Amino acid sequence: MANTRLPWVRLRRNRAAMVSLSVLLLVAVAATIGPHLLPAADANATRNSFLPPSWLHPFGTDLNGRDLLYRVLLGAQISLLVGIAGAAVSFAIGTTYGMIAGYLGGSVDSLMMRLVDILYAIPRLIFLLILISAVDPILRANLAAHDFQSLVGYSKIFILVACLGFTEWLTMARIIRGQVLSLKSQEFVVAARSIGQSHWNIIWQHLLPNLIGVAIVYLTLTVPSVILDESFLSFLGVGIQAPLASWGLLLSDAAQVINPIKGYWWLLVFPAIAMGSTLLALNFLGDGLRDAFDPRQRK
Amino acid sequence: MIRFIAQRMLGLVVILFCVISITFFLVRLMPGGPFDRERKLPERIEKALLARYKLDGPILNQYFGYLGDLLHGDLRISTKYRDRSVNEILADALPVSMTLGGIAFLLATVGGVLVGSLAASHQHSWIDRSAMLGALLAISLPSFVIGPLLILIFAIYTRLLPVGGWGTVRSLILPSITLAAPYAAYIARLTRASMLEALTQDFVRTARAKGLPESQVIYKHALKVAILPVVSFLGPLAANLLTGSIVVENIFSIPGAGGFFVNSVLNRDGFLLGGIVIVYCALLVGFNLMVDILYGWLDRRIILYG
Repeated sequence: MANTRLPWVRLRRNRAAMVSLSVLLLVAVAATIGPHLLPAADANATRNSFLPPSWLHPFGTDLNGRDLLYRVLLGAQISLLVGIAGAAVSFAIGTTYGMIAGYLGGSVDSLMMRLVDILYAIPRLIFLLILISAVDPILRANLAAHDFQSLVGYSKIFILVACLGFTEWLTMARIIRGQVLSLKSQEFVVAARSIGQSHWNIIWQHLLPNLIGVAIVYLTLTVPSVILDESFLSFLGVGIQAPLASWGLLLSDAAQVINPIKGYWWLLVFPAIAMGSTLLALNFLGDGLRDAFDPRQRK
Repeated sequence: MIRFIAQRMLGLVVILFCVISITFFLVRLMPGGPFDRERKLPERIEKALLARYKLDGPILNQYFGYLGDLLHGDLRISTKYRDRSVNEILADALPVSMTLGGIAFLLATVGGVLVGSLAASHQHSWIDRSAMLGALLAISLPSFVIGPLLILIFAIYTRLLPVGGWGTVRSLILPSITLAAPYAAYIARLTRASMLEALTQDFVRTARAKGLPESQVIYKHALKVAILPVVSFLGPLAANLLTGSIVVENIFSIPGAGGFFVNSVLNRDGFLLGGIVIVYCALLVGFNLMVDILYGWLDRRIILYG
């Protein structure tokens, strides 16, 4: 089992990946405890709209006079939550689907993979837009009818996580299937089968431990793409809505007020830096993990 | 080859049918009808409206009626932009979107391949490093950050280019750069990786040994092999440009199909939405088919059988 520690040693030598990891930890900590450290009044709308950055409001204020630093931190919470939870859903679906297809093989496999091909051909985000605007009011009404009034405000988050997770698993399924297909024919799996181990045991003890590296790599790379998709939906007005905030929503607000003669640059620049650096760090970390787990792919 | 194309055309019909059905029933699932206003309409008027737009009767009858109309090429009337048929709206809006998408497509492929080959031929130099950092930045920033930033710099502070709008060549520059940037970056990364791989192969060594100039080795010999992964990305690229142009048209207030698409979702304008979705999917699947054919033509080792 000495092999399992090797990737971490390699990862620790990769400077870009380690810097990215600390940036991500910093963003996560700031998002969790940051809003509690700021004055409580920052969350409320005031008359001081469009104040440029100052000592009191380091990131300035927005259209409704809310402190932008507070909004960016709140946005970080929700964007990260949706990104991680959505990626986890897609991870669960993609791994299961790919494993079943690869393990069973034959006609089941080709049928399942043909379905993936068809789903690839459909413009995903276009359907997400339609799906979310159809499902959200229904869930909202159901929650209100069943005494979950307090959850109504968060129904958008549930729906975003579920829908994004349900549409992001295709690549994961393909990759896992490919891995299972190649693992299945290796000696240790054939040996396990020959001594009569159950399918369940083979999957849990022999296949999964060998898949986990690849799966983690693509999980890391799925998080930024879910965050991007969420921001796309929020930008078009079907994602997160005020008073909640996500980076996409903040950027959409900024794009709306920036067209006139006045350039309220801080509304755009600070959320963009927050989102850009997080996504950049996630991509670097994903690349670093891939190099660490699979040095042959290294270029 | 003909069998392959025929099979794929059949697939196109199946996908279109699924897409139309899903869209139709999803729109019906949405609470709120197309004629809901602040004040409720009198029942008689609402009934007449529903009848006029063929939205009355059992839902299955409506569905088959709609499919029948579609087979005759009639996309029906928009319930929001009254008295304009969906065919007319699309005839106005699609050329705009296609122009923008086409320019962005050229920018992304040509620019991406050039930058990627340049970076690969100067591996580990500052050109390579800055190109790849720029590419990663362009991938990490969504178009609604790049777009407004470009507006701030080139339209608001320096006033070199218009803020938005449509009709002049100058107003095309910012939107097409915004739309193309992330995909140009992705293609640059793809090209660089596969070019590095190609440069280690024997035929490149032979070409160098013959004394060919380095530029010819890279752009004539190695690129022919290195471009294959880029070609297979062209299909997804078209899909991403379609969805991406929705956002870009929104930012630069361009009167293309993207704006109509978002509004038709919000207005429960089922027929307009259906029309746009049909066109998008047909474009996408048709494009994927063309890419597969192109791929088979470029790489003769691949035999196309569906």
